[in-house]
Amino acid sequence: MTVEYNPDQKIPHPAMWGVLYKSSTPFWEGVKNKKIMLQKCKSCGNLLNPPRPMCPKCQSQENEWITAKGTGKIYSWVTFNEAPHPAFKAPYAAVLVELDEGPRIVSNMVDVKPEDLEIGMAVEVTFEDVAEDLTLPKFRKAG
Amino acid sequence: MAEYVQGIPIMRPYIDQDNQGYWDAVKNHKLVFQHCSKCDKYHHPPRPMCPSCHSQDTLEWKESSGKGIIYSFVMFTTNKMAYPAFKLPYAVVLVEMEEGVRITANTHEIEPDEVQVGLPVEVMFEELPDGQTLYRFKKREA
Amino acid sequence: MAIESIKDKTAIVGIGVIDFSTNIGRSEWYSACQCIKLAADDAGLNIYDIDGMVKNIDDGPDPSYVQKGLGIDNLTYHSESHWGTSAMMNAVQGVASGSCNYCVYYQAAHRVSGPEKSISDYRVAREVKDDSLDMIRYDFFSPFGLIGQPGYVAMMYRRYMHETGITPEQLGWIPVVDSENAAKNPNAIFFDKPITIDDYMKSKVIADPIRELDCAPKVDGAIAIIVTTPEKAKSMKQKPVIISSNAAGMAPEGQFHTSYTRDVITELPEMKNMGDELFRIAGIGPKDIKLAMLDDTFTPYVPLQLEALGFCGKGEGAAFIEGGERIRVGGELPINPDGGLIGQGRFDTTRIVEAVRQIRGTSTNQVAGADTILVASGAGGPADGLILRKA
Ligand SMILES: [Zn+2]
Ligand SMILES: [Zn+2]
Repeated sequence: MTVEYNPDQKIPHPAMWGVLYKSSTPFWEGVKNKKIMLQKCKSCGNLLNPPRPMCPKCQSQENEWITAKGTGKIYSWVTFNEAPHPAFKAPYAAVLVELDEGPRIVSNMVDVKPEDLEIGMAVEVTFEDVAEDLTLPKFRKAG
Repeated sequence: MAEYVQGIPIMRPYIDQDNQGYWDAVKNHKLVFQHCSKCDKYHHPPRPMCPSCHSQDTLEWKESSGKGIIYSFVMFTTNKMAYPAFKLPYAVVLVEMEEGVRITANTHEIEPDEVQVGLPVEVMFEELPDGQTLYRFKKREA
Repeated sequence: MAIESIKDKTAIVGIGVIDFSTNIGRSEWYSACQCIKLAADDAGLNIYDIDGMVKNIDDGPDPSYVQKGLGIDNLTYHSESHWGTSAMMNAVQGVASGSCNYCVYYQAAHRVSGPEKSISDYRVAREVKDDSLDMIRYDFFSPFGLIGQPGYVAMMYRRYMHETGITPEQLGWIPVVDSENAAKNPNAIFFDKPITIDDYMKSKVIADPIRELDCAPKVDGAIAIIVTTPEKAKSMKQKPVIISSNAAGMAPEGQFHTSYTRDVITELPEMKNMGDELFRIAGIGPKDIKLAMLDDTFTPYVPLQLEALGFCGKGEGAAFIEGGERIRVGGELPINPDGGLIGQGRFDTTRIVEAVRQIRGTSTNQVAGADTILVASGAGGPADGLILRKA
């Protein structure tokens, strides 16, 4: 199962499409180009997601961006039996994926029913154009 | 004075349980002030407790004479500070009412150079195009 | 390390609580004035003697309005704080430092009928504009439908189930015991009779694994608490409740209900840090606590608090609450004998009020010998708490 949307409702957008949140712009630019970009501290190599203005390990504010492989495992998930926002058709699941590089990312699954989800399930990224101006990174069962 | 620019909404009062009686009266072209029956004192803007006796159930609404004098005023002359719904220039006056409380409003048919501290004024009401009722002040004989 | 000088330097001498409701029909300003007047009456204090005022930023009118409403001449101390009941710390610090003599802490929030919605909408707008870190939730969670606190907590709770094996049949004892206690508290408006585990299991699963009964409902309420020095308290109307210790806590990678970047997401390290500090300042340990007022805004946080505060070992929270025997009045560690937030609604300050009543011996669900009580707030985020004791 894939998350279904109510077409007459606006999906909550990352702020980039409304008001710029500077630290996350490279992430969402990457998503537009079908890549998961991870913020990497230039000083200590720490990988971060979501992005932020300072490395919490070494307090460096210099960073670069690397492309994640897009593979990982389900770390946890929530099934919404009631939609907290009108854009989403319940039931649907939000998953927390631990990427192989280490950082975790919140997303949805494609072609997996909520009841078939398992912690530890191997997943890989796919990109879905959910609206004219919005692409989201989603995950499907690996292999 | 104080004419409105068409198409720009005039900010509405935020009505809650404390000031509802005040705005209901305005709707009926009456000016009322909150009065503590125990202390025989007026308060404005309306509040939830009498600050003199700390009573919350002796507060009542009493109709004002509608008469007062200009206590102070601001003349808005440039776009920089003015709210765009108003045509420039316009005055906002702080009127000291006969009941002793002060209220702010716009003026009616008072030329900018006539607006001055001490000018006797009285309240009047107008229906705005958006359906709300507001009050303003016009000159009166002292 | 916080100052030991806070130990036993302040006391609670007055509490004022209005009747909770889901549609109170008055303004927050009205309720703020009302509960402070009730607290002053309870303390036997003249309203004009109040010279300090503190509150949590999110709740109700600010001190300038309340001071004006009460007609107080001057406040030598006023401040606001974030989260939970952390403004109590401002009250304690204000009195202990001598900045004021009688500090009132108040929380006046009409979360059902009041203007909270417009305030939070405003806050969202402000955060977008300010490029705040809180954008993480809007940017990185909302597009995927992970929206709202029950969902945020459910993500953590699912993992907690996976790691410790805790089941809904175990967690359900928190709302069951809360409901038993709430049924005895006239100001706890959500249960007039106790529910059973079966009722809990039938409760609607809203954000699986979070059920409706795992979330404290919103409520309209107002509470004021008056703090002064133990010396001044001696000659006052009520038996004083001594604040043995007071502390806040934070921890790495914290984010309100969504600390998903932590290595382990199923612990409350803020609460652990806060608890360690509370015990250190008070010079006592978990075994000395007769009663715990814990944050049950979302029930999974209760076993996590038991673990973080040292009332049981890591992963033992589920066994501790199962069956309810150990957490009921008369049990090893009674929790929230007032019905908690599940029974009374989301109103953190109720925990302090119940602790005061228990120490005074005036609770509607009295715990025998409740002379030392721990109060914890802010589960899932920056934590704050108190240890209160009999004078
Ligand atoms: Zn670094
Ligand atoms: Zn009075």
